[in-house]
Amino acid sequence: MMNCMIAGVGGQGTVLASKLIAAAAMRKGFDVRTTETIGMAQRGGCVVSHVRIGSNISSPLIPLGSADAIIAFEPAEAVRVMPYLKEAGVLILMDTAVKPVASSLTGDSYRTSDMIDYLKEHVERLVVINGQQLLTRCGNAKTLNVALLGTAIESGIFPFGNKELEEAIKELLPQRFLEINLTSFEIGRDMYNGN
Amino acid sequence: MAKKLLMGNEAIAFGAMRAGVSVVTGYPGTPSTEVLETVAKHNDGSIYVEWSVNEKVALEVAAGAAYTGARTMVTMKQVGLNVASDPLMSLNYIGVKGGMVIVVADDPGPISSQTEQDTRHFGKFAKLAVFDPSTPEEAYTMIADAFDYSEKYGAPVLFRPTTRVCHSCASVEMLDNIPKKELEGFVKDSRWVIFPKLTYTKHIKIENNLKEMSDDFSGYEGNVLTGSGRKGIATGGVSHSYVCEVLKNTSAEHKLLKVSTIPFPQKLALSFLQGLDEVLVVEELDPVIENELISLCGLHSLKIKIKGKLTGHIKNAGENTVESVSGPIREFLGEGFGETSAHSKQADTLESKQLLSTQLEQPLPAQLEQTPPTLPVRPPVLCAGCPHRASFFAVKEATKGMNAVYSGDIGCYTLGNAMPLDMVDTCLCMGAGITIAQGLHRVEPDRINFAFVGDSTFFHTGISGIINAVYNQTDIIVVILDNSTTAMTGNQPHPGLGQTMMGNISDKISIYDVVSALNVSMIVRANPFDLKAAKEAVNAVVDKKGVRVILYEAPCIAVSKGSGRYLVDNDKCTGCKVCINKLGCPAIEMQDGKAKINPTLCTGCSICEAVCRIGAIRGENL
Repeated sequence: MMNCMIAGVGGQGTVLASKLIAAAAMRKGFDVRTTETIGMAQRGGCVVSHVRIGSNISSPLIPLGSADAIIAFEPAEAVRVMPYLKEAGVLILMDTAVKPVASSLTGDSYRTSDMIDYLKEHVERLVVINGQQLLTRCGNAKTLNVALLGTAIESGIFPFGNKELEEAIKELLPQRFLEINLTSFEIGRDMYNGN
Repeated sequence: MAKKLLMGNEAIAFGAMRAGVSVVTGYPGTPSTEVLETVAKHNDGSIYVEWSVNEKVALEVAAGAAYTGARTMVTMKQVGLNVASDPLMSLNYIGVKGGMVIVVADDPGPISSQTEQDTRHFGKFAKLAVFDPSTPEEAYTMIADAFDYSEKYGAPVLFRPTTRVCHSCASVEMLDNIPKKELEGFVKDSRWVIFPKLTYTKHIKIENNLKEMSDDFSGYEGNVLTGSGRKGIATGGVSHSYVCEVLKNTSAEHKLLKVSTIPFPQKLALSFLQGLDEVLVVEELDPVIENELISLCGLHSLKIKIKGKLTGHIKNAGENTVESVSGPIREFLGEGFGETSAHSKQADTLESKQLLSTQLEQPLPAQLEQTPPTLPVRPPVLCAGCPHRASFFAVKEATKGMNAVYSGDIGCYTLGNAMPLDMVDTCLCMGAGITIAQGLHRVEPDRINFAFVGDSTFFHTGISGIINAVYNQTDIIVVILDNSTTAMTGNQPHPGLGQTMMGNISDKISIYDVVSALNVSMIVRANPFDLKAAKEAVNAVVDKKGVRVILYEAPCIAVSKGSGRYLVDNDKCTGCKVCINKLGCPAIEMQDGKAKINPTLCTGCSICEAVCRIGAIRGENL
């Protein structure tokens, strides 16, 4: 059994990322259960997807402390879902902060470095991806979700391979966005390997 | 047969198509919307699908279709059933010929709703059967059962998934289609006309049906009794999955009753109660199963302690989780939980803290020993480029210093209540902005009453409110925010757009023409992004009498292309923060003392340019 959580901010494409993971797992023959935030919270609010892979899974929600991996699209959102991570779990983080409007108004914004320091101290296996660099290389913010999946697959957290995930991308994404997403997927993989 | 990854709502749709549904109607509402959309998307043309103007209309259209013997399905969210409750209550007396399933999605939490009502009560109130699936897989097969039972008893049935079933995905085993029955057609008969005399005789039949259904459901495969011992856990819906997750870790003897139907399967429940000392009931929303068990114990003089929401053992608001039910189940069963898994100790202690934090809007505690850095609050906001922001801002600026009250309504524009716009003083239910404003104005005629309403809400229940205001000569200003879509639920079409779910284009119904025909005293229209014109529209009506209407027209940014990007000239920007403090646009933030526009979020709506007093913001290509 493998539990993976995806955390981010509405509009970042976390829902599609979770669908791709689920579809890839099914291609490998696993049963899957997922659940996510849809509706009002999607408008720039916190969004969390739960993906559970394997047989004999009852709850669509991952219990606290049982996520094998978390893919976080934003540092503060990573810290927010930390209670879900297993003791030896992997956290993949894109380090670009998305400042909430409320913080901009009150001025009491958070420091990204505080979040990352905290994660460094508490996560056994932390993979930090430079979001600015990733965006520059991918060239399109809408493909960063697929790029991060590339990073995730290279980190070895999934019970399926590169092939299944790529097939899932081809299956679920519209033809006209396919090429740019497959390129971003490769960039995400490269970024993990330090290229 | 192949397995397919389906969202609960998709599973319901495919299940209904498999069962031969031929008419599907509904009104969008989270978490129900994808059911109808999925049918429309996979329709081979043999199914009639429509977004109706509201839930009452949807239910009536489907009822008429079911009078012919066709299988019909209606979809809505829980508050939609309040709108449709009039036809619902009478329809059970009249009955249907073809199977009719009313899918009503409940929203524990709530995650995207104005109430935490429990549709199972509606079933009991209307004396109808309710099916309560616990997973997408179960929903896929259960919806076919719902059609069968509807036909067997000649009455509509309710099908009540909750958010975590609707918006969960699972691997679902796809089954062969069920052969369709031959359609008899509508046959004229006095049974279709409701009269007091008919109602009396039908009432007797309904009561008999309820008894028969209860017996029937005791043998239904969705209601399951397992285990043995002197302690029993009763549950239903998605809570069943949380209970099972917890029970995996115990060797303690217990009985488990899963209930998926109203009427309550009394015979099955009696065999569950047999030999028990106490029961813990785990369910979401209201204590429906709990009350049924208490009543059964009373009827049969059983001395069994029933624990649940009424005794404070299970929380009585919000959604359940594995963590929220884990503590009560462990305490109830006592011993038998082996070595606790790594997380559960931490999870149990976290639970009390987690209960305090509302649905993801407040920070969750990370590690208990070490305090994590303070997390930002991240409530939902209007998108960058949203025309509602411009409309609210225009009205706010134009009415500065006036004694005005702003009534809002249901839709994305409810988010206009957030700072810095702060333009929604009331919000109750669909269409109520216009009528609440009238009530406020009756008692405080010296105040100026604005009522904001979206285009889809205007067609849903807004029009009757305007008619009331005109007829009864109320002085209010109705601001119609026409963004050419039903935005909040994911951009569904409505009568103003002319697109139908059958892929046809019908004549668009012009909001301007409808309002003109209602004899309002004034109507002005403007593009809200043209801030000057938008403010002038307010100036033109604000000191007049009668029902005045402002029609702001600009498409939702999710259905239109942006018109470029804007930038801040760093040399000119003084860091005064006026753009941020007035608009609250998620694309603008402060960076090193200057405003910065995020190029990936900006859509070029231009209102920040209009508010910048020193001209530091300009279009990228200008």
